[in-house]
Amino acid sequence: MIDVVNLEKHFGGENVLNGINVTINKGDVVCVIGPSGSGKSTFLRCLNMLEKPTGGSIIFEGDNLMDKHIDLNAHRQKMGMVFQQFNLFPHMTIMENLTTAPMMLKKMSKDDAQKKALELLERVGLADRASDRPSQLSGGQQQRVAICRALCMEPDVMLFDEPTSALDPEMVGEVLDVMKELAKAGMTMVVVTHEMGFAREVSNRVIFLDDGVIAEEGTPDEIFNHPQSERLQSFLAKVL
Amino acid sequence: MSFFTKFQEIFIEKGYYNLMLEGFKNTLIITLGALVIGLVIGTIVAVIKYFGEDSKPMKPLVWLCDLYTTVVRGIPVVVLLLIFFFVVFAKSSNGIAIATLTFGINSGAYMAELVRSGLNAVNIGQMEAGRSLGMSKMQTMRKIILPQAIRYILPAIFNELIALLKETSVAGYVTVVDLTRAGNLVRNNTYNAVVPLTLVAVVYLVLVILLTRLLKVLERRLSVNDRRRKS
Ligand SMILES: Nc1ncnc2c1ncn2[C@@H]1O[C@H](COP(=O)(O)OP(=O)(O)O)[C@@H](O)[C@H]1O
Ligand SMILES: [Mg+2]
Repeated sequence: MIDVVNLEKHFGGENVLNGINVTINKGDVVCVIGPSGSGKSTFLRCLNMLEKPTGGSIIFEGDNLMDKHIDLNAHRQKMGMVFQQFNLFPHMTIMENLTTAPMMLKKMSKDDAQKKALELLERVGLADRASDRPSQLSGGQQQRVAICRALCMEPDVMLFDEPTSALDPEMVGEVLDVMKELAKAGMTMVVVTHEMGFAREVSNRVIFLDDGVIAEEGTPDEIFNHPQSERLQSFLAKVL
Repeated sequence: MSFFTKFQEIFIEKGYYNLMLEGFKNTLIITLGALVIGLVIGTIVAVIKYFGEDSKPMKPLVWLCDLYTTVVRGIPVVVLLLIFFFVVFAKSSNGIAIATLTFGINSGAYMAELVRSGLNAVNIGQMEAGRSLGMSKMQTMRKIILPQAIRYILPAIFNELIALLKETSVAGYVTVVDLTRAGNLVRNNTYNAVVPLTLVAVVYLVLVILLTRLLKVLERRLSVNDRRRKS
């Protein structure tokens, strides 16, 4: 589904990503772990071109997103993204947060969009908050809404950038539960996370990023129980 | 003779209320028209500068916008008004339209800075969220960024509106009968300065107080961080 080939990203003189090669298949749940500053967010944001790579290619469903003539907006509709800071639209109700993009971009009728939105909110247990504003919700609730907002566009893949890092500890579980459900339903997911328990339990592949390269990659069992490189071993020793 | 009997004599018996109403109407037309023109120009300029910062092809446009704000902000509005009336539109005698346009163009330069500060106050995560859903830059701007920016700068826009209202009192320079000029004409024709000028001052004052009240109401309705308690 996504082929990342020799992905490079420099900020000014700083090389943040140095030749990343990954293939993400349909149904994969890939967790990206690594020390802070290793380039995890940059990698994720390159996948939907929020960050323009300086080299390599991102092939999404057969199209190279680095191509100048590509319709990026059309491709982004198929890649949902969930941010660390939720980034809900504060001037809109929860319902409007979910329905604005499908109505604008997929020409969905208001009724259909609202029906779809309610279904999704139901799934995360927030249907009764549809007419509230984001600021009236807790962090965990806001992040669940943010997941619904992305799902409302019916994406083929979901990108998560540390979705629980900004949450109070007691709210981490409710968000991870929603993500687990999503994985179980077969959604293709790329998840940057510090939740090693989640990576171990839910993902089928783990990527360890260090200094802008994939230092190690494998199944959760290989990564967590049989780490090969010294860098991964010392990283795990710190976080586990 | 007391102020009130003089008032009655001038405005009712001599019928000058007509002239005052005419002036009042023109002041409102020019002020509101200029506000709309200023907001439109200001928003366009601000959006161009916002997107132009990291886009090479837009550099000439950005340069043009900078030129506009620099020139307009550097010239007194009366001078601008005289130039528009006697030079640029010398063929036209529609003073009200020319005054509205002039004040609009003048106000646009200040609005541009306001709107820009509003746009910059919106978290960049909002643009990223919009783009990640597949919205274009302009769609995100229209639906997500601008509505929030306007809420941030609403008080400043009202201040600009109040300044604008008072600024239009120089429209008389180009033969427009606005509120100020109407009062001045009455003074001239009746040889009484106190009554008409006091009336003019009070009308401006009341308008400004009303606008300030309106702002308070709007602010309460539109606050971005809506923390109303659920009832
Ligand atoms: N917009 C940017 N401009 C300059 N440097 C950046 C930018 N974004 C990220 N970086 C740098 O790239 C490196 C990797 O950042 P990031 O991808 O956020 O790491 P991680 O998510 O793994 O913590 C950091 O050193 C950071 O300073
Ligand atoms: Mg990060």
